[in-house]
Amino acid sequence: MDNKQDVKGFLEFVYEFYKTMKAHEITLVYEGEITHQITKAFTSLTESNMSKDDEPNSVQRKVFHVMVECLQNISKHADDFTSNDYLFSGRGIFLVSKGENEYSVTTGNAVENDKIDYLTELLENINRMDKEELKELYKKQMKEGRLSEKGGAGLGFIDIKRKTNKELEYHFLPITNGTSFFLLTSTISRTDN
Amino acid sequence: METIKIQGTEDTPKIILDSENDIMEISGRSLPEDVTAFYEPVLNWLKEYAENPKENTVLNFKLTYFNTASSKLLLDILMILEELKEKGSSVLIKWHYPEEDEDMEEAGDEYADIVDVPFEKVPY
Repeated sequence: MDNKQDVKGFLEFVYEFYKTMKAHEITLVYEGEITHQITKAFTSLTESNMSKDDEPNSVQRKVFHVMVECLQNISKHADDFTSNDYLFSGRGIFLVSKGENEYSVTTGNAVENDKIDYLTELLENINRMDKEELKELYKKQMKEGRLSEKGGAGLGFIDIKRKTNKELEYHFLPITNGTSFFLLTSTISRTDN
Repeated sequence: METIKIQGTEDTPKIILDSENDIMEISGRSLPEDVTAFYEPVLNWLKEYAENPKENTVLNFKLTYFNTASSKLLLDILMILEELKEKGSSVLIKWHYPEEDEDMEEAGDEYADIVDVPFEKVPY
């Protein structure tokens, strides 16, 4: 009996979850380790959905760009940490939502608190820049930046802002004393392309 | 020189480096899992080629997508060709891009700004 109640409660939760996803127009949600295989699977799934929906090529290309950079941000940075906690081993959440006027791509992953200032400054700096400044920064970083061991080039955020022409929205929520959950949303317009 | 022929996949570009038949081409999509490892043989080939180049060198880029990590390696490739040009060789980069893809066109313009090598833009 108890077990039956549990199952029923769980299934009701699944339905609530489904309704919440629909309400927020979420078309894809994932929690777990972000690998290259996952990146390939999600981008190709989203691509085929977009082409089924006759989304303009320019929108498809931008969504593809943003998805790849967001996913690689997690896979390349999420294990920079000393912690053995499962939160830090290349894992994160990944969501794609499709509204009437825009797509949004959201990622969330744990970061150590001492990264918050660096990330905030980096993102604020990129958000402040106009097209021309971003172009110069990208070129400078491409010339002078070094590839990290995992292939990060420090170009991802700049590229996202350039491709979407929209500010990167972000938020840090405390997990423990030393760690926070870093959320980042990029928006791709479906209309002004 | 040995010829390099790499078949394209959904995440790695097709690459042909054939000095005998004057074919140099990088085309398709580039988001390899390990960019450094993927492009290493390409960079090595070009460095070796630059020691004993043909009179004219034409490299065709016909990419439909590349990620930011690849963009850095593409610059490394172009810098080898820039050196070759500085040594007095004739070098031309042909940058092919889909006609309606402004971002890919602009990417070519940016590389042309950074490296001192003649660029020819080829919309298709």
